[in-house]
Amino acid sequence: MNGFVKVRPRGIAAGAGCVAAALALAVLALGSGSYPISPGEVLRVLFGGGTPAEHFVIEELRLPRVVTALVVGAALALAGALFQSLTRNPLGSPDILGFTEGAATGALLAVLAGGGSWALAGGALAGGVLAGAAVAGLAWRGGLHSGRLVLVGIGTAAILTGVNGYLLTRAQLTDAARALLWLTGSLDGRGWDNALPPLLGLLLIAPPALLLCGPALRILELGDDTAAGLGVRVERVRLTLLAAATVLAALAASAAGPVSFVALTAPQLARRLTRSPGPNLLAAMPVGAALLVGADWLAQHLLADRQLPVGVVTGVLGGGYLIWLLSTQRRAGRL
Amino acid sequence: MSRATSPARRQWAVVLAVAALLLVVLVLSLGVGAKSLSPAQVWHGLLEPGAPDYTVVHRLRLPRTLLGLLVGAGLGLAGGLMQALTRNPLADPGLLGINAGASAAVVTATALLGVATFDGYVWFALAGAAAVAVLVYVVGGGRTATPARLALAGAALNATLYSYVSALMLLDSASLERMRLWTVGSLADARPQTVAKVLPFLLCGLVLALALARPLNALALGDDTARAQGARPERVRALTVLAITLLCGAATAACGPIVFLGLMVPHLARALAGPDLRRLLPCCVLLAPALLLGADVLGRVLGRPGEVQVGVVTAVLGGPFFLLHARRGKGVGA
Repeated sequence: MNGFVKVRPRGIAAGAGCVAAALALAVLALGSGSYPISPGEVLRVLFGGGTPAEHFVIEELRLPRVVTALVVGAALALAGALFQSLTRNPLGSPDILGFTEGAATGALLAVLAGGGSWALAGGALAGGVLAGAAVAGLAWRGGLHSGRLVLVGIGTAAILTGVNGYLLTRAQLTDAARALLWLTGSLDGRGWDNALPPLLGLLLIAPPALLLCGPALRILELGDDTAAGLGVRVERVRLTLLAAATVLAALAASAAGPVSFVALTAPQLARRLTRSPGPNLLAAMPVGAALLVGADWLAQHLLADRQLPVGVVTGVLGGGYLIWLLSTQRRAGRL
Repeated sequence: MSRATSPARRQWAVVLAVAALLLVVLVLSLGVGAKSLSPAQVWHGLLEPGAPDYTVVHRLRLPRTLLGLLVGAGLGLAGGLMQALTRNPLADPGLLGINAGASAAVVTATALLGVATFDGYVWFALAGAAAVAVLVYVVGGGRTATPARLALAGAALNATLYSYVSALMLLDSASLERMRLWTVGSLADARPQTVAKVLPFLLCGLVLALALARPLNALALGDDTARAQGARPERVRALTVLAITLLCGAATAACGPIVFLGLMVPHLARALAGPDLRRLLPCCVLLAPALLLGADVLGRVLGRPGEVQVGVVTAVLGGPFFLLHARRGKGVGA
């Protein structure tokens, strides 16, 4: 524990700022729409005041979506931070390593089989976990080498992309549009039952990951040999955290689809904000929540006449960020 | 050195064997389909205007087979060039995002500008392929790239570009209907006009690629040695990127993104013809169409009464090949 709870004032301030930003964006999102409500009024409604109409709009219509965004963002960010730390690579995230492609395959199969939204979520979860297990199994060779994990993940993602494209061509056009919407990542029409699985995942997985494995993960970043020398059971920690991150990413995908780039960017932004080395697991979560709520707000209000799925906004923003990241990392010789 | 085992003879035998394989696959590609034709029927249908199968062969099968021949050669050759340029055994135009760049540009052209013909979007495809080729090469670290680093740069760009592609498809359901087939990678829509229009681009790329074999050989020994031999490394690299762009851009414009072909073919060619690019690249030109058309025939047989698109077949066949190499690779540190 000692290395983990070392108090860094800047880290605490940055973390608190991110939580505040996420909540402020959530209030903004709750207040905006075809029935606008001022931020102050939103807070009053949340704490019990306001008219019945405002209660209905905020608590029945907008709150489930915003809470889903917060939870999914936090879950994706934690999964991404774990992956990046495990692969020791700023690009090693579930988007790129094939896990979300696997979730997509599962979801597509559910759609093709005529299943509803629960089947779709279940398919996504099963697909993501299976893909994760397959990638880990294929990359395993007396241990999990991070370079091999990355390459195997990319290869698996490429195969699954082909399979997903084929499944899309097999679907009816309406099903294909629905599946593609899901594949892009969307929060449209999300209810409490969508927020619940990732929330449970966060509550069950985050505390042990932070408390038990966080310190080991930090030591693991020093290199396998050093970590083993310091008494860390390298492969066991790595497999446990890989499993935790996979389940988190799959649960997040089951709620909102494989929203791209949140898992990739949130941990990097957190690292920059706290200026703290190491995994930054705790700080990444509010950053991810803020990113997704903000992106969803943009997606709803960017175009006057129609809503975009949130995955489009994160995809385009993330792409620009990514190119910048790639070039700075390269210049710094860190990639 | 006894005559029977002389390297020159062995290589001729290899070339003949690959050429024979290609011929067999060509006949299969013309013969297999909703109406199966025997090799004799293919022969008659091909050459005798009055034969009962003349229309089937000429209208449906021949454009598809020719397109597969051209596109396969282009992608295989591009893979060979990329692996030589980046000295990276895992380089593949599909994996490194070049096809995705071409796809994104084509989808933009169709969805936003209403361009619907190959004529119109081949230029977009080339521009998209060129932009991504340069970007991946620069971002991935140029000559100092490790396989994992380059693959990551490509995968990241792939993810970005495909989220953009699906966004455009979602906003416009007419383009979804058109593009969901195209983005899988398929030869099914081959038309004689497409073949004719893709030909000049691929031929230019082909000639350029084969001309680059010798200077790229020199470059493999290091820049200084290459300079001493009279090659200009920077110019050779720029021309190689140009050739890759021409080959991948035109191939992708014609039949959508096809992944892993450019990865597998150079490895097989290296096993058959050795590392010398003057033999390896021509071997790619023969081997890649054989594989692509073979995958296409397989997709037609497996998917009856419909078909499995060739891009899916290459992904499913080539993926394990990639995974095998990724597992085996030792110096894969990211």
